[in-house]
Amino acid sequence: MRRLLRDPLGVLGILLVTLIIVMALGADVLAPYPPNLTNVKERLLEPSELHWLGTDQLGRDIFSRVLAGSRIALWVAAVTSFFSLIGGLSLGLISGYGPRWLDSILILLFDSIRAFPTVLFALAIVTILGPSLATIIFIITIFNVPVYARIVRTQTLSLRETEFILAERSLGAESWRVLFVHMLPNVIGPLLILVSMDVPVVITIEAGLSFLGLGVRPPTASWGSILNDGYAFIRNTPWMVIAGGVPLILATLGFTFLGESLRDAFDPRLRRDV
Amino acid sequence: MLIYAARRIALTALILLVTMTLLFSMVYLVPGDPASIALGPRATAAMKEMFRQRMGLDQPLPVQLWRFISNVLQGNLGIDVWSNRSVAQIVLEALPYTLALAGIGLGWAVATGIPLGAWSAVARRSWADRLIGVLSVSAIAIPSFIVAIYSLLIFAVWLKWLPAIGAGAHGELGDQLLHLILPAFAVGLGWVGYIARLVRASMLEVMGENHVRTARAFGLPEQRILFRYALPIAILPTIALLGVGIGNLLSGAVFAEIVFARPGVGKLTYDAVITRNYPVVMGSVLVTTAIYATCTLVADIVAAWLDPRVRASL
Repeated sequence: MRRLLRDPLGVLGILLVTLIIVMALGADVLAPYPPNLTNVKERLLEPSELHWLGTDQLGRDIFSRVLAGSRIALWVAAVTSFFSLIGGLSLGLISGYGPRWLDSILILLFDSIRAFPTVLFALAIVTILGPSLATIIFIITIFNVPVYARIVRTQTLSLRETEFILAERSLGAESWRVLFVHMLPNVIGPLLILVSMDVPVVITIEAGLSFLGLGVRPPTASWGSILNDGYAFIRNTPWMVIAGGVPLILATLGFTFLGESLRDAFDPRLRRDV
Repeated sequence: MLIYAARRIALTALILLVTMTLLFSMVYLVPGDPASIALGPRATAAMKEMFRQRMGLDQPLPVQLWRFISNVLQGNLGIDVWSNRSVAQIVLEALPYTLALAGIGLGWAVATGIPLGAWSAVARRSWADRLIGVLSVSAIAIPSFIVAIYSLLIFAVWLKWLPAIGAGAHGELGDQLLHLILPAFAVGLGWVGYIARLVRASMLEVMGENHVRTARAFGLPEQRILFRYALPIAILPTIALLGVGIGNLLSGAVFAEIVFARPGVGKLTYDAVITRNYPVVMGSVLVTTAIYATCTLVADIVAAWLDPRVRASL
């Protein structure tokens, strides 16, 4: 922790992430208006004392919607991280510890999913499942699981031959015990750091799909949907895209800085130069 | 080397086969009538019937899959039921726009990223190195569609320096290039960061190697050591990365094409998603996946050719 606090970028990361979390948790208290309250008489107002970030084309208070958007962003990040972690861990352990034929099939499947261009494959899934928050979560999980599973698999393969696992197996321990009691604690640490480093990517995908109108359904506020609304009025009312974009930039920068310093502080071996 | 290349090509072919199967089965995994899913809510009964016949939906699944794959391998991606044109032709018409955008986007990223990375490595731990480091991480972290929207706002709407939308007048190269500046800036910015970080890391590694130390011991001028002996080796991993870069940018171009209303595969796919025109979506995903896989394959083979250690990893 001390090492983390010595890194100026790490401190900036902590500050930005705290800001986003406070925005998300305190959205109900901090928001001056309900985020979906329309008031057509006050549409497209400039930022003022009454509406700090102005209003959108339906007269909704943009500041309140930005706060509500931070809740969506963090919620999607938390849920997809959880599912991707569970999926990556279980498939990775099975792949690394299970029979070889199963490992080959899983690896081929992982590589095939990663072979799709991300955004276009996401669009194909949206066409079939229809746009919704659940579809976004599904898409991000599908893309993250192969990456995490491959990392867990590599570690499982090398752990498999270590002396303490061999000893455990020769004492007659069952596979589930070897996997969950002995291997899991050894692979979960580095994986958690990687998952935290992917949070900005997850937030970006959610906002991106919502910007395209293929994410959260109206009238739900997401930073992406605020950008989508603002893009249509970019010539005369630019504050809408500024209000939707700045929190997204702050969040992605904050989580990236924090993730990088966490990695450097706890596990320099994971340092990825690219 | 040949064995590595052959195995790598076989693996890519296998992966492409699996991706085709995955795309094919996606329509069937969702409960409901595949023809309705593929054609969307606007389809008439006659269209659905035509689609069923064309796709051979009355045949057993393995036969349908076989037919689908053999059609794709012959370059037949199906017919767009709305315009009644070949999907392959529609996608190929849009492809040059996207390739130009991805190529120029990656081009400026390489031209900027390599000098920045090299400078950063030479001036290690100086303020310039730290600044380049922070800027690189930021460039990677900021979503490309935000860069696209903000650059549109600043340079096209406020300053009016550059055109906002479209791909430029047909046949006028200057106008077309002018229309490419902002989208290429948006798609390439993240890659400037990637390349600068990669070049910095590999430059630092090369600078510690024996041949550089020997050159220094011989008293060669520092500039000559840098440009003649260190940089050419340090940029090798970047060359290998370019293949992956082009493939990635094909996908990343979707946002830039939509923000700047440019024609291209991304815009085509997006419009098809909005009208739920599944054959066109599937066709563009297939074509881009094939290009992506080929670029990665070429990049891997080039990397293996340059560095024998890579060959042992397959």
